[in-house]
Amino acid sequence: MKLSALRQSYINRRSYFRSSVPLDSSSDSAFNSPTAIFGLILHGLCCLISLFLGYRFSRLVFFFLFSTNFYTSPFRSTADLVRTLDVHSVLSTNPHLPLVNKTLPNSRVVVGRHGIRIRPWPHPDPVETMKAHRIIEIVQKEQRSQFGEKDPRTVIVVTPTYVRTFQALHLTGVMHSLMLVPHDLVWIVVEAGGVSNETASLIAKSGLKTIHVGFNQRMPNSWDERYNLESKMRLRALRIIRQKKLDGIVMFADDSNMHSMELFDEIQNVKWFGAVSVGILANSINADEMVDHKEEQENPRMPVQGPACNASNMLAGWHVFNASPYAGKSAVHIDDRGTVLPRKLDWSGFVLNSRLLWKDRGERPKWIKDIDMLEGDIESPLDLVNDPSMVEPLGSCGRRVLLWWLRVEARTDSKFPPRWVIDSPLEITVPSRHTPWPDAPPEPHANEEPIEKHSTKRTSGSKRRSKRKQNYNSAGQIDV
Amino acid sequence: MRISFWGLLVIAFGFSWSITAFEHNPRTERISGSAGDVLEDDPVGKLKVYVYELPSKYNKKILQKDPRCLSHMFAAEIYMHRFLLSSPVRTLNPQEADWFYTPIYATCDLTPTGLPLPFKSPRMLRSAIQLISSSWPYWNRTEGADHFFVVPHDFGACFHYQEEKAIERGILPLLRRATLVQTFGQQNHVCLKEGSITIPPYAPPQKIQARHIPPETPRSIFVYFRGLFYDVNNDPEGGYYARGARAAVWENFKNNPLFDISTDHPTTYYEDMQRAIFCLCPLGWAPWSPRLVEAVVFGCIPVIIADDIVLPFADAIPWEEIGVFVAEEDVPKLDTILTSIPPEVILRKQRLLANPYMKRAMLFPQPALPGDAFHQILNGLARKLPHSKNVYLKPGEKILNWTAGPVGDLKPW
Repeated sequence: MKLSALRQSYINRRSYFRSSVPLDSSSDSAFNSPTAIFGLILHGLCCLISLFLGYRFSRLVFFFLFSTNFYTSPFRSTADLVRTLDVHSVLSTNPHLPLVNKTLPNSRVVVGRHGIRIRPWPHPDPVETMKAHRIIEIVQKEQRSQFGEKDPRTVIVVTPTYVRTFQALHLTGVMHSLMLVPHDLVWIVVEAGGVSNETASLIAKSGLKTIHVGFNQRMPNSWDERYNLESKMRLRALRIIRQKKLDGIVMFADDSNMHSMELFDEIQNVKWFGAVSVGILANSINADEMVDHKEEQENPRMPVQGPACNASNMLAGWHVFNASPYAGKSAVHIDDRGTVLPRKLDWSGFVLNSRLLWKDRGERPKWIKDIDMLEGDIESPLDLVNDPSMVEPLGSCGRRVLLWWLRVEARTDSKFPPRWVIDSPLEITVPSRHTPWPDAPPEPHANEEPIEKHSTKRTSGSKRRSKRKQNYNSAGQIDV
Repeated sequence: MRISFWGLLVIAFGFSWSITAFEHNPRTERISGSAGDVLEDDPVGKLKVYVYELPSKYNKKILQKDPRCLSHMFAAEIYMHRFLLSSPVRTLNPQEADWFYTPIYATCDLTPTGLPLPFKSPRMLRSAIQLISSSWPYWNRTEGADHFFVVPHDFGACFHYQEEKAIERGILPLLRRATLVQTFGQQNHVCLKEGSITIPPYAPPQKIQARHIPPETPRSIFVYFRGLFYDVNNDPEGGYYARGARAAVWENFKNNPLFDISTDHPTTYYEDMQRAIFCLCPLGWAPWSPRLVEAVVFGCIPVIIADDIVLPFADAIPWEEIGVFVAEEDVPKLDTILTSIPPEVILRKQRLLANPYMKRAMLFPQPALPGDAFHQILNGLARKLPHSKNVYLKPGEKILNWTAGPVGDLKPW
């Protein structure tokens, strides 16, 4: 809005100066001319001085001379002003001498140059930041209660796992996703090979309500058998839900999958049995060969497993994973370098109401089997339903991909420190072969060798594990 | 005794009824009580407005010369004219009119960059008033006391963008008795007359409606502000612009992650405001700004940093309950002030802001909707009726000085 050039503002400032010089009420206009001339000379002198020194200390002089009519500002004392004379535009200066007060008598607000108030430590205060975050949380909770799900049901998460190199990586990912879920949560972790301290200590960091159960078989080395065992472990978890009569929505979160937060909001919409679309990340090194194929000019699309709907948004069928491009190149054992393929329909794409599992037939619809009546194992949760058309497609009828399936594992004989913590100090130091600087004395350097040394000090659990691993490698079979 | 008994019964009934009315919509809150109900008043039937027929050089020709006047923040004067022409409060019989409106677009002389120059406005108004007073008897009857003018410029009818100059000029002498409808409002200031109606600046309603995001988007920004902190063209050292308050905000909180403040011009400005809990509305060269309107419409609690400001429709909207007022000297403690507000107060303010009547009262929609800013202006005018007896002058009495003011204003337009 303001158009005046610097010149205009300069003229204004000069006019302030003039109006503020004869501040004594006793001075008449008769005395104005010598005073004015004197003022002019003084001003010129001050300008010259400030030109050399680099700040406008004329104002300072007038502050000292005419400080009687002054609106004092509480935050800076005169002493401070004298000390801090270099005028950064940042440093506060005292409010300039006011005009003959043209605003009406009771106004506190004065036109003119004001100081810029800066507190002594202009940095964020952690206490304030915490309070602000609490306020943000409360506001968001209120928003959720107004616009989001009215009565969110408890989410019951079933995760099969076992101790291995990448367990910490995968399980931490799932754990943090679950910690962010705004609803109540119960986490059932079924561990192959029995309950171990590794897993227990990982899970304890989450602060969630967990049920940690051991499963007596050890995890086999081939992918097919691993899937079978995982299905058994999940059934075990479902039996626990049935036994404890947990109420909520059951979802299957495998420990190497990636879940989006919208998934947890979307599954609240399920009535009995729902299905979501799962993106399959089945790439591996060998997949690059397929990309160079001449027929595939565009980027290979991510295969998606999940419900398929017809035009009227009713469930019409299923998108399943097409394993034919990978025929013959898929991984068989867990540490193979081939592509790891999922089953036709993965467990993680299904959610069910926990009341379907309860013993009393009460509300359970007819098209669900009772788990106790199952003979043998089931390959996918669709085997639990008698009538697959009753499955509800979620995520705008399967069009939104809400979680991604991935299987990445390290070699079965890979070593890692238990709980990924090197807690005893590294005692062996070996000088490195090259020093970065020729002059410096050779620094004692900790490199990979201590891990091997450390391996002799492993706890008993890992020793057992390594022995087990050796048994696998030699026999290639389960050694119980 | 019987009367008091019945009176008590009626009061009890009314009390319980008002409580139920209060509870009826849990998500938004109606400000019940004398202040809040006023927003929903209907002015039709309470007043009659006569619109003078001025030659088009005062309104249409000016607009034709520069159609940008329709979308800048001073466009309220144009839309008010259009609203009154087709409103039921308009009367074609000036004898029965309570208020007289002069359609003059005084703020439409724009520079190439779009800023209005107020230098010709006093002359324009003077010539319009001369025309009115000579062609119709109603001006001389009251010397303008039952006339109202829309003057949405920076400092209202002082017609200057620089505060010192505006104070020097004061309100245009010819308008000293008229009611002024203006955006500027500061207590004990020369340019705010007693009895003026403060209105919000114009914000384009279509642009605002087009940028709504789903209300379940969580509000994750604590404090939001976009705008200048230092006006380097006109006040390079700082201290004049915004009385140093904006510069203080920058210097104290530029490192604070809770404060999303910068001078950027993002394209997602409106969307970001809807994701913020507090929006700063500090003063600039004048204490009012369109940020207040935007904050209210987008549900962001306005933090008003302008000493002694008079906010729009202050007699109808309880701003204390909706916004947070911070004195300019308390700006260094702004983070402490905001985090020490109890959460239930914050939630209540958000509920009050979510009230659609509140949002509507700040906007000038076309076509007009009940409860919008046009109607609030008419409500304000209706509340000033009936005119007191001393409004009407005795024949021959003259109060206004037609030759007062700077010499340049006396030149004909």
